[in-house]
Amino acid sequence: MSTSQTTTTDHHPALAHQFDSMEQQQDASTFGMWVFLLTEIMMFGGLFTAYLIYRLKYYPAFVAGSTSISVSWGFANTLVLIGSSFTMAMAVWSAQTGRRKGQVWFLIGTMILGAAFLGVKAKEYYDKWDECHIPGHVIGKGFNTWGGCEVKNPKLGNIADEIREKDPKVPEVAAVQIAKQTEIFFSFYFAMTGLHAFHMVIGLGLLTWLLLRAKSGEFGPSYYTPVELGGLYWHFVDIVWIFLFPLLYLISRHQHGA
Amino acid sequence: MSSATTIVKPVMPERHYLNDNYGIRSWLLTKDHKRIAILYLFSITVFFFIGGLFAALIRLHLLTPNGELFQADTYNRLFTMHGVNMIFFFLIPSVPAVIGNFLIPIMVGTKDLAFPKINLLSWYLYIGGATFSLIALVSGGVDTGWTFYAPLSSGYVKSPVIVMAVGILIVGFSSIFTGLNFIVTVHRMRAPGMTWGRLPLFVWANYAASLIMILGTPVIAITLILLALERGFHIGIFDPKLGGDPVLFQHMFWFYSHPAVYIMILPGMGVISEIVTCFSRKRVFGYSFIAFSSIAIAVFGFVVWAHHMFVAGISVYSALVFSLLSYAVAIPSAVKVFNWTATMYKGSVKMDTPMLYAMAFIGLFTIGGLTGLFLAALGLDIHIHDTYFVVAHFHYVMVGGMVTAYLGGLHFWWPKMTGRMYPEAPAKLAALITFIGFNLTFFPQFILGYMGMPRRYWAYPAEFQVLNVLSSAGASVLAVGFILPLLYFAWSLKYGEIAGDNPWQATGLEWETTSPPPTHNFHEIPIVTKEPYAYGEGEEVPVVH
Amino acid sequence: MSEQSHSHPSPGLYVVILLALVVGTCLTWGIAFKDLGIWNPVVALTIAVIKAVLVILFFMHVYYSNKLTKLTVAAGFFWLMIMITMSLSDYLTRTFLPR
Repeated sequence: MSTSQTTTTDHHPALAHQFDSMEQQQDASTFGMWVFLLTEIMMFGGLFTAYLIYRLKYYPAFVAGSTSISVSWGFANTLVLIGSSFTMAMAVWSAQTGRRKGQVWFLIGTMILGAAFLGVKAKEYYDKWDECHIPGHVIGKGFNTWGGCEVKNPKLGNIADEIREKDPKVPEVAAVQIAKQTEIFFSFYFAMTGLHAFHMVIGLGLLTWLLLRAKSGEFGPSYYTPVELGGLYWHFVDIVWIFLFPLLYLISRHQHGA
Repeated sequence: MSSATTIVKPVMPERHYLNDNYGIRSWLLTKDHKRIAILYLFSITVFFFIGGLFAALIRLHLLTPNGELFQADTYNRLFTMHGVNMIFFFLIPSVPAVIGNFLIPIMVGTKDLAFPKINLLSWYLYIGGATFSLIALVSGGVDTGWTFYAPLSSGYVKSPVIVMAVGILIVGFSSIFTGLNFIVTVHRMRAPGMTWGRLPLFVWANYAASLIMILGTPVIAITLILLALERGFHIGIFDPKLGGDPVLFQHMFWFYSHPAVYIMILPGMGVISEIVTCFSRKRVFGYSFIAFSSIAIAVFGFVVWAHHMFVAGISVYSALVFSLLSYAVAIPSAVKVFNWTATMYKGSVKMDTPMLYAMAFIGLFTIGGLTGLFLAALGLDIHIHDTYFVVAHFHYVMVGGMVTAYLGGLHFWWPKMTGRMYPEAPAKLAALITFIGFNLTFFPQFILGYMGMPRRYWAYPAEFQVLNVLSSAGASVLAVGFILPLLYFAWSLKYGEIAGDNPWQATGLEWETTSPPPTHNFHEIPIVTKEPYAYGEGEEVPVVH
Repeated sequence: MSEQSHSHPSPGLYVVILLALVVGTCLTWGIAFKDLGIWNPVVALTIAVIKAVLVILFFMHVYYSNKLTKLTVAAGFFWLMIMITMSLSDYLTRTFLPR
């Protein structure tokens, strides 16, 4: 760092008044985003901690609950989100190297993949609604994993039945109890994927804003900080899902096949 | 500053941050950290007196043992709203959001914080959270205790828990963004020559508190979200009737709320470091020790939370570990107390009001901190947990410590913030009244707690009445001590003596600029070459006071 | 303070990382259906950690960043570990009383 006083000779139009140079601005902004991501790590971390404690306490119920969500959709969604991380990294690279079209198309690609992810999640949530797996007794048809959700189709979402099908030695009382305990699993399922989806929606909003600015040619090698910050945020949301997938979808799958 | 043969009468600078711009929009849309600090000053003062009002009602009610003033349900709301408003809307923002916001950019030698717009957003988040708190208040107030233990709060009470929880959630983000701003500013915006080892200890203290803000607050955010979900949707996260675990709530709640007390006290300790060295006219003793002890408190503060849960049913082995670590976390605080005392030793102590508050802090915080060790002892805690011993302990550190430090800091930097001196005689009187009132209020509570009077009870056995009456009498004295500064600070804005750049002859970049400072803090960005606290280096300067 | 904006990876490297992440995901999914007993969650989480590290180091440029950024990331995970391990240490040792 120079020992002279601040210079006001070259003023990039994006230089904020409190910073002395674009470099300081980028350094500070990137660091600031990382500090913000720390807070996100701790917030999701609280949910992960609680999840781990309940997984230990109610392991059979967690197995049953995990089995009842679609591992294929979860797997597909993981690939979609990883792909969107790739396109986001490429969008940042495009901005760093001054490729305006690249920025725009990669941002659009990221948004499409992100939207696809949310679309799949919506479908998964709808399936849970259909099967009466929404915890609490406020939304939907009420939580019912043991008695049959619909009169016409008592097997729909009937986790107690599924448990006894996989292992007929389990007495009915025990199967019903485990099925009732899956409510806590689904609480965490919706809380964790819900908080994650909420962050994705915000991410899509951020990406839209970045897209508009990228289209107008605002970003280039001398100033691409907002794209980089957007990228950091998006990658973080991807990392959360990288952990959510095995923790929610892959609990003891080997006992139940695909 | 060089010595002068004539004493020059100080004048107000012509343009400064207060008169650079007029109109409500220039305040509500300001990006100037100093104006944001003033906005916070007004807001938290309002909530201090709201919390104080509840305290007054509590002490009035406890004058008699049979709970004749309020019903039990109402009493629950009184102590809850007292705690929530004081902790979340006064103590946590106090020094960082008012004094820290004002001073940190100036102390590190820069024009503003790293993210001025986020700083303004922090204030609006505070106001948003405060609005929810007021809504909860007028809806009858919450009655669960500020600790919101589940399942009481999630499944049994009828009070506006979710509204209050949302308010705390929002004000929590205010805190997070303040901390984020401070951390980035200290790392990336220091003036040329301002190395870490030349930073004022006030900056170190706020930096450490900011670490806690960003790492701890998100956990209470998610805890409150889960609490609201359980309350709204009747799912069994914490409610054992529905298969949940109430101890889990306590783990998640205290993971933040214990480090939160260090968010509250560390900035206060930073204030004391600044005051003690200036009014002893002596370089602070053990700068590195004080600096690193702040970081140590921030780190260690995160591994002791379950000492609030010793009787909640946690594992004995876990309790042992937490107890041991709780003893360890007292050590850095003790280091500070030793160093402040050593700074005063053979110093030329000047008993101006800020120093009176600082000396009160050292004594009262020591008592509060030592009584914390009583509580950290497993066997003893079984006897005194949830009694008035705990209440006395935390009021000694929070009021005898933190509020005292806040008032000391306000007095010390008032001339810098407003350009005017407060009147010294009423200020000294208020400090004395506060000290007497405080001890009269809270010392009897140690005895009450040790004798077995539980906290949060609306009635008590008749043999405790004398001590309770003493405590309530003390509270009325304390109230006078707190109201006086409100009055004379307001008076000083119009009639106070003009302060000049450096009325205390203190070291530090903030004293090298005008009082009040210009909007951009400095007319030229300083280049730092001196070590901090170069007091008593052979300069005699006339005191213009 | 840093002298220059950090250098950044090439698109080629990004493609390699993408492939590694996809392979890791497929592995996680496939291994989940094999019975490894207690090791199933260990393997799954290990692969998840490796994937996260790849995203952090390369997609998020931490490999090329200054020490402060690296320290910040490390601090985040350290604090997360404090929360998880010390909370679990209560639950896991509750039944350790000698009888």
